[in-house]
Amino acid sequence: MDAERGNVGGPLLDVRGLTKIFGSLRACDGVDLKINRGEIHALLGENGAGKSTFVKMLFGSLEPYSGEIWWKGEKVRIASPGEARRLGIGMVFQHFSLFDALTAAENIALSLDDGSPIGTIAAKAKALSYSYGLPLDPYSLVGDLSVGERQRIEIIRCLLQTPDLIILDEPTSVLTPQEADKLFETLERLRSEGKSILYISHRLEEVKRMCDGATVLRHGKVVGHCDPRQETASSLARMMVGSEVNAVTRPPVDARVDHSPLLEIRALSRKAATPFAVPLRAIDLSVKAGEVVGIAGVAGNGQGEFFEAISGEVRQEDAGSVRISGKDAGHLSISKRRLLGAAFVPEERLGHGAAPLMPLSENLLLSRFATDGKAFLGPLGTIRTATIESASERIIKHMDVRMSGKDPEAAALSGGNLQKFIVGRELDRQPSVMVVNQPTWGVDAGAAARIRQALIELARAGSAVLVISQDLDELFEISDFIAVMHNGTMSAPLPIADATFEKIGLLMGGASPEEGHPVGEAA
Amino acid sequence: MRIELVKRPQHSILFSALSPVVALILTLLFGLVLFALLGRNPVTAMYIYFVSPLTEVWQIHELAVKAAPLILIAVGLSVCYRSNNWNIGAEGQLVAGALAGSILPVMFPDFQNFMLLPLMMIMGMIGGALYAGIPAILKVRFNTNEILSSLMLVYVANLFLDWMVRGPWRDPNGHNFPQTIQFSDAATLPAIFPASGRASWDFVFALVAALVIWFMMEKTLKGFEVRVMGQSPRAGRFAGFSSGRIVIFSFVVSGALAGLAGIATVSANINQLQPVISPGYGFTAIIVAFLGRLNPLGIVVAGLVLALSYLGGEAAQTAIGISDKTASVFQGMLLFFVLASDTLIYYRIRIVRSRERAGEVVHGHS
Repeated sequence: MDAERGNVGGPLLDVRGLTKIFGSLRACDGVDLKINRGEIHALLGENGAGKSTFVKMLFGSLEPYSGEIWWKGEKVRIASPGEARRLGIGMVFQHFSLFDALTAAENIALSLDDGSPIGTIAAKAKALSYSYGLPLDPYSLVGDLSVGERQRIEIIRCLLQTPDLIILDEPTSVLTPQEADKLFETLERLRSEGKSILYISHRLEEVKRMCDGATVLRHGKVVGHCDPRQETASSLARMMVGSEVNAVTRPPVDARVDHSPLLEIRALSRKAATPFAVPLRAIDLSVKAGEVVGIAGVAGNGQGEFFEAISGEVRQEDAGSVRISGKDAGHLSISKRRLLGAAFVPEERLGHGAAPLMPLSENLLLSRFATDGKAFLGPLGTIRTATIESASERIIKHMDVRMSGKDPEAAALSGGNLQKFIVGRELDRQPSVMVVNQPTWGVDAGAAARIRQALIELARAGSAVLVISQDLDELFEISDFIAVMHNGTMSAPLPIADATFEKIGLLMGGASPEEGHPVGEAA
Repeated sequence: MRIELVKRPQHSILFSALSPVVALILTLLFGLVLFALLGRNPVTAMYIYFVSPLTEVWQIHELAVKAAPLILIAVGLSVCYRSNNWNIGAEGQLVAGALAGSILPVMFPDFQNFMLLPLMMIMGMIGGALYAGIPAILKVRFNTNEILSSLMLVYVANLFLDWMVRGPWRDPNGHNFPQTIQFSDAATLPAIFPASGRASWDFVFALVAALVIWFMMEKTLKGFEVRVMGQSPRAGRFAGFSSGRIVIFSFVVSGALAGLAGIATVSANINQLQPVISPGYGFTAIIVAFLGRLNPLGIVVAGLVLALSYLGGEAAQTAIGISDKTASVFQGMLLFFVLASDTLIYYRIRIVRSRERAGEVVHGHS
């Protein structure tokens, strides 16, 4: 502890020349980074730039090839996450490391080595979660929670260990604006308490608003250190990407296109499948040809259940409650719904939208064997590998999917590149109805812009596009109407011209804009 | 001090391919130790065990006799295992197939024409498939653990066979031995090359089954469905595949092949039903399936290796008086080393000494 006092002037963390090599890829190449006490430091970079590799080395889950880590003025070797935690480094992962079959409190207890009873931990976690504006039921099963709620557990778990440095990987990507604001307050409070934060984000506005310093990575190398307050969002983006990011353009809906509704949802209800699932309550919505309808909502308000019901992974009792291209689809399987012209992109990429250990070409077949059976399958159900591989290459080229090697396993791609492939896989067949859940979660600015633009173009070409997202910026960028899901109900869609962040934010919190105050939280 | 398994960031493709070979070499090394402990000259014993059974042509035929049921069953099991369905009951499905296939030759011994053998084989397959359908339906309907239900049904099948050959199907002229009447020549699966040995057509069935299943798994949508549901069931449901259908399909395929193995080995080699008709082929085939890396073509090679362990056990018993239970020891070691090699390809061992770790942390703070 004396050493800490002796080092008050120096940086808390000083990383020098950190390098990690995977095979022939230099994932991190001589990265230098300094964080002072009480500093919020941003780590910026596109997907695959080496940010995750870098923080994994800081957190002891990967071993550096070369380079030094100085912590509080001492050179340290961080061999495991346990050691990182003991040194005072806490981490909130982008891909959560939680056990589905355990409760939130049990998951937290697992990472605390002090053997306190679960009740104490639960009470502490609950108190902390409410004081930081991240409400959490410590006794809910992780498996039943949405992505956003899981992230809260990770954040609370990290804060409970009172670390000196907190690493946050894309923390706001699943929060409402109000929630994100609360998180920023939390972070600012932590900063004023003298704690340091390493903040990884693609959201340049956030970085500009909060961070004291920034390090930008590109292709594993440091492109520059800067003060984000002195930069503009576009100058930061240019540093990250190496070229200009094209803004998404949303041309007006072409009045000449036939605007018949292609996706109609009528009084769709669904009982909660598990004690923690959200029941759907009489949802009505229709999406017309040519338009993008966005669905906002805080994580865990029934979006996942809604997506499953529309996609046909779960079928409906009433055939008319989901209609696709003018036909009753409630009783149909997902394959039959695809044959009616619908395409679906689920929230989870690995394990739901794609089989992680299968190559991209087989993942193309995964969602297209029914609709493209004529092209992809031969007699006796034989697979036409060459046709599928060339279709897969077409998608890779069209969506600018970056990867190493020919036809790699899905799990080998970075999140953003895999998402581009999964979205491209559906766009490639020009579906007349496209339903996407979280199209750009954890995807870098360049890839996200590309995906959003592609969705708008699909709609303007005459398809109906439904986008479920927790990213309000995204919804305002691409939608013609925005509806809000709260506790299993769906608000009436607001035309984009009438929608404001404030109105949508209130609806997300359970209030109707006319009343202007929150309705009691239904348990 | 404790030992941890730490996941490797990437696994070696070379060692994935070599893993069965490494396992075989380790098994042989430990075999040397085993024979030395038994007080025999290890080199001589090894020769008798693994080389002498291959020195004459008729012995190669014996190898095929033992390998045929192993390959047939293991090829079916590979479909189950790759779809993440754990059928441990192939031994019972083999018995069920043998019983169903024996209905014609035992109850209608006068029915003798060119249709008899094909009918027997088909009925054997149906018997095995229906019997494998029981744990499959239990799993789909009631979420029953198929490992337990399929394993327990082995004992049911064995006891049912025992009762049949002592009761309803006992040969009335058989001096009260627990066995059925001898099959007629028309009901006997012929040898492929009768002049040189007794290897019969079931070995050909095994090779054909391996090729057909390999083609299905690698080249068709059905095989794709099996692999997706095994690796990533949620992605499979998103694709539009039904998990229930794949459970039934994989059990029915493996049950049918086990049933075929049962009736073929009875028809070709035993020529009647007895209380025991298999030296544990259904269980050994699990090892064959894994040693062959769940790839039907690899399983053909693995089946021959495991068949050799049976022959070596018999040879060692007659030549140097070692119990043929050593065959089970070899099979057990082989499975252990295969699974261990596979584990070490994906994980590395780390020994954590608690004192050393504490020291490092102190160093970090001081």
